[in-house]
Amino acid sequence: MKNILELREEIDKGNVTKEELFNNSVDMAKKYQEKYNSFVTILDNYEGIDSNSILSGIPYAMKDNVSTKGILTTGSSNILANYVPVYDATIYEKLKEAGAVLVGKTVLDELAIGGTGTTGHTGVVLNPWDKTRQIGGSSAGSAAAVALGIVPFAIGSDTGDSIRKPAAFGGVVGFKPTYGRISRYGLFAFASSLDHLGVFARNVKDVAIVTDIVKGHDSKDMTSLPDDDREYSKLLDNDVTGRKLFYIKEALENNDNDPEMEKIIENFKVVIEKCKTLGIEVCEESIDKDLLKAMYPTYKAISCAEVTSNDANLTGIHFGVRGEGNTPDEIIMDARTKGFCELIKRRFVLGSYILQRENQEKLFLNACRVRRMIVDRVNELFREYDGIIMPAAEGIAPKLEYESDMLSDKFLILGNHMVIGNFGGYPSITIPSGFVDNMPVGINITGRVKEDDVVLNIANKIEGSMEYANQVAKEMK
Amino acid sequence: MYKVVIGLEVHCELKSNSKNFSSARNSYSTVPNSNVSVVDLAFPGILPVVNKEAVRNSIKMALAMNCEVPEYLTFERKNYFYPDLPKGYQITQFKHPIGINGYVMINVNGEDKKVEILDTHLEEDTASLEHYNAYSLIDYNRCGVPLLETVTAPCINSADEAIAFLETLRSIFLYTDTSYARSDRGQIRCDVNVSLMEEDALELGTKVEIKNINSFSSVREAIICEVARQTEILSNGGKISQETRRYDENTNETYLMRSKEDALDYKYFTDPNLPPVKISREWVNEIKDEIPRLQYERSLLYINDYAISRKDAYTIVREKEISDYYEECISLGGDPQLVCNWLTGSVIGNMNKMGLTITDISLTPNMLVELIKLINDGKISGKQGKDVLEKSLETGKTPSQLVSEMGLSQITDENEIRNIVIDVINENLNLVEDYKAGKRVFDYFIGQIMKKTRGRANPVITSRILKEELDK
Repeated sequence: MKNILELREEIDKGNVTKEELFNNSVDMAKKYQEKYNSFVTILDNYEGIDSNSILSGIPYAMKDNVSTKGILTTGSSNILANYVPVYDATIYEKLKEAGAVLVGKTVLDELAIGGTGTTGHTGVVLNPWDKTRQIGGSSAGSAAAVALGIVPFAIGSDTGDSIRKPAAFGGVVGFKPTYGRISRYGLFAFASSLDHLGVFARNVKDVAIVTDIVKGHDSKDMTSLPDDDREYSKLLDNDVTGRKLFYIKEALENNDNDPEMEKIIENFKVVIEKCKTLGIEVCEESIDKDLLKAMYPTYKAISCAEVTSNDANLTGIHFGVRGEGNTPDEIIMDARTKGFCELIKRRFVLGSYILQRENQEKLFLNACRVRRMIVDRVNELFREYDGIIMPAAEGIAPKLEYESDMLSDKFLILGNHMVIGNFGGYPSITIPSGFVDNMPVGINITGRVKEDDVVLNIANKIEGSMEYANQVAKEMK
Repeated sequence: MYKVVIGLEVHCELKSNSKNFSSARNSYSTVPNSNVSVVDLAFPGILPVVNKEAVRNSIKMALAMNCEVPEYLTFERKNYFYPDLPKGYQITQFKHPIGINGYVMINVNGEDKKVEILDTHLEEDTASLEHYNAYSLIDYNRCGVPLLETVTAPCINSADEAIAFLETLRSIFLYTDTSYARSDRGQIRCDVNVSLMEEDALELGTKVEIKNINSFSSVREAIICEVARQTEILSNGGKISQETRRYDENTNETYLMRSKEDALDYKYFTDPNLPPVKISREWVNEIKDEIPRLQYERSLLYINDYAISRKDAYTIVREKEISDYYEECISLGGDPQLVCNWLTGSVIGNMNKMGLTITDISLTPNMLVELIKLINDGKISGKQGKDVLEKSLETGKTPSQLVSEMGLSQITDENEIRNIVIDVINENLNLVEDYKAGKRVFDYFIGQIMKKTRGRANPVITSRILKEELDK
């Protein structure tokens, strides 16, 4: 399975046409669809625009919560099962302009709410490395499509760890840049203050190449950052000697002697040794455990509050699947009752409760304060360190029916630390770091705001010290 | 009798090229759903971008109402489900309105009164709905139009005061050029809070809110009938319950919409898509400098400094354009009282007859001042002045041009007049005898002279010389 630069060369040399590449991807997508269910929509016809961009003619997949004019975009939800957008998301516009070729729209956890890849309205997405396991979510289909080698890159979105967790479970690279680096215009909102768009690929360089194309200020998104005029893909080989990273001591305390967690930590320690040989200093730092254990509830409170408001546009009145009834209230109630899965409805109720006048101070505003405290503490550490380095997950991809013990330290801290990247809007990347029990695992690097280039640079160097770049799911080899 | 306490919440659509948070046109249209963008319809993935022009206009209004303007521009979401609100929330300002703690001076039947402004905040208008028996129609043209909501303190004590405030507020919108403020287009609408209290009571009575009244005359009617309703309840020993009512123009009654218990919780929270924007003091000052002298201040100036009557002053300030016209005449050296007389009399009279506005008429302030000077200098008579004014309105020609074209310029040369006088006397020697005999023939002579000069002989000089000649 070739990466972007290899495909570029093939196209430029005339060894393969863009249309052939598209057809190859479509054929593979169709071949694996029944088995792994990565896609909501696989496109039929090649529609490429010629350009001088490095991405011209490169096939890719897009998460089905990004608005694509004229192409069904469901958010993997029944309420949008028939929704065809009338406008393009900025990220899609940029990729189109660059000549990248959309192959299909990928399955997500319904409306990006969830982290298992099991709640999309078209069914469960399976892990290409082991069909009995989750790929993780919410960007499940995008992770699987890249892991299967259907496309060299895919677009995902990340509100808690929705790119970086499935990347780890799928053995691929997943990156979300600084908040505001990629315009959110056209991304179906989950929790606006935490939502990021980002990129999956099978190596860091490809991720950087795609990010270079899709990043940039957008007048349609008031939270988008000014251009940083850096070409990340050109800065990947910078010297990393003297860079300093830390890991969170409390996250790696395996108090229950969990055997799987132990293997994760062992894998992580190998990576730390690699870092040292690269001249990167890695230290242990402590963060108040109460604060760490508050990450998940804080995330839950903020994201549920925001999503209940963000998804209030899904009424079936103006678009989407129309409900039945005699009054507007009845029609809306019917559409929303039938349109959402139970998990989402529960989160809406929770969010609504959290925002209620009498609860808002205690639940919502306090969550916002805790978010601030966590970010303040990390920023304090970032005065000394260039980034955090951590295992991307507390274990390997869980079995499909698995449910976490949501009150355990393992889940609350090691399983959810990547949300720090969303709280602070930090650039954050997961790269594969080997295998535990024959399943891929990954490490995560999170850096300072607006230092996307530094994070990619460090990740590229670490990737280069290991042999997991460009890997495709085992069954496919 | 109870004391009436009224607080008003006035919604007014602001002028701007595009809507408050989208690029759709902000313009009144009778074609439904013709000014609509994906943002207005809340398609998944859309984001709001705040309109600088709308913010500028809201700051202008805040300053014109003597409000404090916050350091940062921030917006909250007001969450509720209704088909006129596609996003399921309205973007509004809850925590830091664009203006707080202001006041507006009004004049009610000759008495000045200060109406306190609690806050004025920028939000977006909703779509308009038309309900039929079996269905409703939605027009999204209005959806997302910048809307400024101004909230007064409960300091208004009569329907007259309420109307005076609303008229004054509308004038501020018009004077600052921030809104068309036309109630026939629903651009200015009002919620009225009414409560009654015993004359000597210390605490306000229970308030009742009457929602969405579309014309000022309906505001008056709604207040009168709500006061009557509450008076009756209280007089019979009853209690007012806190509730929201709606006024029906057809029956002239208010009807219960919802009680306090059913009040909605809008779950306000900061809109994460709209980061705080610093409002620089330089910008605020720049906007402040653009605010012209307002209606109330102008009427005071005209009455106190120009010594014109209250009635005339109000006639002039009713429309900013007329007031501007008047002031330009003054700055060109026109006498305030004379300009006022001509403006409120012939100019406005003819203008209305012709169906024009002051900005459409061809008589410029320069021309009016020139006309008044021609009369003052005795070049033409007042009566001729009126003819010249009408001709000028018709043709756009300057008064002096018309005076010469119409052959109107007065003869003031004494020798010339004397010659004519002598001519007329010679032609009517028989009447000179009558004159000397004390008969009333003087006016006949004047008439003959005017006939000869086509009315151009200066009447004062003519009269003096005629007398001299007859008395010889």
